[in-house]
Amino acid sequence: MSNRDTIRIASGQGFWGDRLQAPVEQVRRGPIDYLMLDYLAEVTMSIMQKQRSRDPAQGYARDFVPLMGEILEDCVEKDIRVVANAGGVNADGCAEAVLTEARRAGLMGSAKVGVVSGDDIMDRLEELVESGHELRNMETGAPLSDVLSKIQSANAYIGARPIVDALNRGAHVVITGRSTDTALTYAPMMHAFGWALDDWDRIAAGVVAGHINECGAQASGGNSIVAWKDVPDLADVGYPIIEAHSDGTFIVTKHDGTGGLINRAVVAEQILYEMGDPREYITPDVVADFTTIHLDDAGPDRVRVHGVKGRKATDMLKVSISYSAGYKAVGTLVYAWPDCIEKARMADRILRERLDRMGATFDEVRTELVGWNSTHGHLAGEPPADLPEIELRVAVRSTDKAAVEAFTREIAPLILTGPPSVTGFAGGRPRVQDIVAYWPALIDRTQIEPHLRVEVREA
Amino acid sequence: MKVQLYRIAHGRSGDKGNTVNVGVIALRPEFYPFLLDHLTTDRVRRHFGDLVKGDVERFELPNLNALNFLLHEALGGGGTVSLMTDAQGKTFSTAMLRMEVDLPNDLAALVKER
Repeated sequence: MSNRDTIRIASGQGFWGDRLQAPVEQVRRGPIDYLMLDYLAEVTMSIMQKQRSRDPAQGYARDFVPLMGEILEDCVEKDIRVVANAGGVNADGCAEAVLTEARRAGLMGSAKVGVVSGDDIMDRLEELVESGHELRNMETGAPLSDVLSKIQSANAYIGARPIVDALNRGAHVVITGRSTDTALTYAPMMHAFGWALDDWDRIAAGVVAGHINECGAQASGGNSIVAWKDVPDLADVGYPIIEAHSDGTFIVTKHDGTGGLINRAVVAEQILYEMGDPREYITPDVVADFTTIHLDDAGPDRVRVHGVKGRKATDMLKVSISYSAGYKAVGTLVYAWPDCIEKARMADRILRERLDRMGATFDEVRTELVGWNSTHGHLAGEPPADLPEIELRVAVRSTDKAAVEAFTREIAPLILTGPPSVTGFAGGRPRVQDIVAYWPALIDRTQIEPHLRVEVREA
Repeated sequence: MKVQLYRIAHGRSGDKGNTVNVGVIALRPEFYPFLLDHLTTDRVRRHFGDLVKGDVERFELPNLNALNFLLHEALGGGGTVSLMTDAQGKTFSTAMLRMEVDLPNDLAALVKER
């Protein structure tokens, strides 16, 4: 723990697949103390599990390793600590790969990597279910035993404490599995300011900061309906930086000279993203009340956040489970003027009739006309008269793989056997995709926390 | 004056499983009481019609001049199960902002072009 009153925590990655250059620029274009990188979405863990089952050395966000090769020397030199949930389902393997990069960069004896494990409960599931933990689906109420044989991955969402532990022990890089997105931002605050574990208001403020940081540039002018026409230089958008004070107040800002825009309206949009009941934003460390957030404009690209209240965390942790749920495919064709909508509708009818006659059965067949109703449905109203073109998009889902395969073979033939002026079929047959579905559940935290481990390894 | 909500509010939407959240934020503080009165759960349910199969919940965030709506069973199963182009509900916020409302004159005078 240091005695500083202000630390700067930079957001470097909003999801696995975000701009690779963003974290490099956060380290090089101005002062920061911490870099947080969020790689995990609800379905990411199952993708990683699949990769690990093919190769036991895999199962983490691979992008993270070359990134560390590029910036770790800078980070050690400038004392910038990195916190990332890049570990996925193999935090250990990820840490070893980063240590190899550190040695290659000549950081033997100077770089330390912390690894947090114990969130993965895949191997414990059967035992947990047998001992009476039903792990009911939070949306449907169904017990996990319904899908137990189809499970692909299972991880508990863990909070900041193990990350704080690794930082306290001097780790330059902390790699976790399924830690919550927000913890990656507020763990550095708890470490740097030495906040008590029951300092609910300050930790809740940290959660708000984490929620603002966790989607990258979505808090600095990206994807903003209020500002998009006015945001300067989105091509060089600066990702958000939280300038946190020990009293729990903070400023949202970005590096000088970068593009993007940070003001109250832009930050408010991000606060509302993926919001449930704003009075109880539940995390493993605190329940934050988002109706207590105050935002003030505090100069160009600076928003001050204060007043946040929180209360004691709950006894339960959320668990993210994924399971196999059949197959799907999406086929598209483009129809041109005249009467493009009528042509697309006719093609859709023919396709369905052919599949019907083959006896292919689906759990769902969905038809959208992209260019008219695929996003706003009936709210789009009637299509404009004389529309120049439309994309027919048909998607199917079934537990019968053969039915989905049959569908993928019936798209291209529509070009020569259906309505005219059709194009847009260059990519071959649509791909059959395995559906890995998400099963959110709750578990008593006493089943998880004793299993959490923190290791700090030297390069 | 009849205007689309887009002229007096902005927002963002996202997903939680098969549920969409739509945050609606007043463009000016003066518009917030109007939103409170007019964006009832009934009105929102009627607006979305069969796009939303489950309940509509509303939460108030007066600190941000904002409302948060949860539209349950709106994403065709959600996540990877959904066959929708917008399986993550990203465009539901603009679908909401299409709603036509009848503004009183004092508020209409504050509306700007967008």
